[in-house]
Amino acid sequence: MDWTEQAIVLAARKHGEGSAIVELLTPHLGRHAGLVRGASRPAMRGILQPGNSVQASWKARLAEHLGTLTMEMTEARAALIMTRPEALLALSSLCALAVAVLPEREPHRDVYEATGHVLDLLSHEEMTPIDIGQTLVRWEIGLLGSLGFGLDLSACAVTGEVDNLIYVSPRSGRAVSQEGAGEYAARLLVLPPFLMDGDPQEVTTEQVQDGFRLSGHFIELMLLQPHQQSLPPARERYLQHLAD
Amino acid sequence: MPGPIIGPEIDRLIQLLARLPGLGPRSARRAALDLLKKGESAMAPLADALRDAAENITACSACGNLDTSDPCHICTDPRRAKNTLCVVEEVADLWALERANYGGQYHVLGGVLSALDGVGPEDLSIASLVSRAGQDDITEVILAMNATVDGQTTAHYITDRLTDCGVSVTRLAHGVPVGGELDYLDDGTLAQAMKARQPF
Repeated sequence: MDWTEQAIVLAARKHGEGSAIVELLTPHLGRHAGLVRGASRPAMRGILQPGNSVQASWKARLAEHLGTLTMEMTEARAALIMTRPEALLALSSLCALAVAVLPEREPHRDVYEATGHVLDLLSHEEMTPIDIGQTLVRWEIGLLGSLGFGLDLSACAVTGEVDNLIYVSPRSGRAVSQEGAGEYAARLLVLPPFLMDGDPQEVTTEQVQDGFRLSGHFIELMLLQPHQQSLPPARERYLQHLAD
Repeated sequence: MPGPIIGPEIDRLIQLLARLPGLGPRSARRAALDLLKKGESAMAPLADALRDAAENITACSACGNLDTSDPCHICTDPRRAKNTLCVVEEVADLWALERANYGGQYHVLGGVLSALDGVGPEDLSIASLVSRAGQDDITEVILAMNATVDGQTTAHYITDRLTDCGVSVTRLAHGVPVGGELDYLDDGTLAQAMKARQPF
């Protein structure tokens, strides 16, 4: 059994003295792990940083084996991201979340493409902390959609109206308008305006935090709690930095 | 059926040696045989040294360095600068910087923040670092973390925590190593080196 694909490095965990078990995100095989021999060599350590894109080749005797990976770097994003704290914390949060929620060896091409796009954006120095925040919120909402738990933000779950949608029901994931919320407004999650298509307003830190509250609630409820997991600490650290 | 070819004492020695970094069962067997062959000239001094180390070496309560005294000889050395504090991940990094003739104080974190391995700030000696940076005569904290995503995440986290300590926070430069040829460097190192270029 073998394959060769473009991939994004999500994580690398030391295995023995010189090897590592590396988690990749591939377009056709989804999240896929493999053993990399010689991972402690200086040249290899640079390649195995989360966020980098690689050309990966996997080989194993049987498909269900862990298999061994060899790889060559195609895009060195981690080095560009490392010097900016917001981008670096966002990268750690994204990779930790992808490892936690994506099922192994289940293809999600849209997640692969979105992840590559977000990582490219994080490499740009012009990205402000707000830009990075809203990009990551969109990625998390998209992740939910790809895994079958998309939010329905097309119309109000109570009145059916399509305008003035400012809340989301924490149970159904459907949008709720100001009028539809009524006395239950305090129990609903705030829907930040930047998640509605074509909203021209300037985005604030509070709106980005509302976005993370929204995506975090459903990721925890739908993807993590069924496996007795909680949101990764790397995401909490990123949110803490955003709040500071 | 023939009995075991080696006695339980030798087998135990081989098993313990095989747990050391760089040694597998085969090389542990070779090391054990060599020690047994040299007997008094190698085995007894090694056993004494191991016993001495186990009984006397302790982690310094101030910086985390390993030494026979607490505080360690680096913390108590009057010739060393007291105003700079170099933060490293492990004692091995401290030894590496000592080879580079750094003449200030150290602080060993005991690892880095790692989402995958579940290492959080409470697992590292970050609280004692903040306390040292705030109380002592420290004017500069040098973050000598590895140039990895986890290492730099930890460095940024520490920078945030040191905001109120009134110290200057610096980090090691990233770029072309001495003797490095551009053609053989990885893209990431080259990108960092280009970003951190200096007037010449």
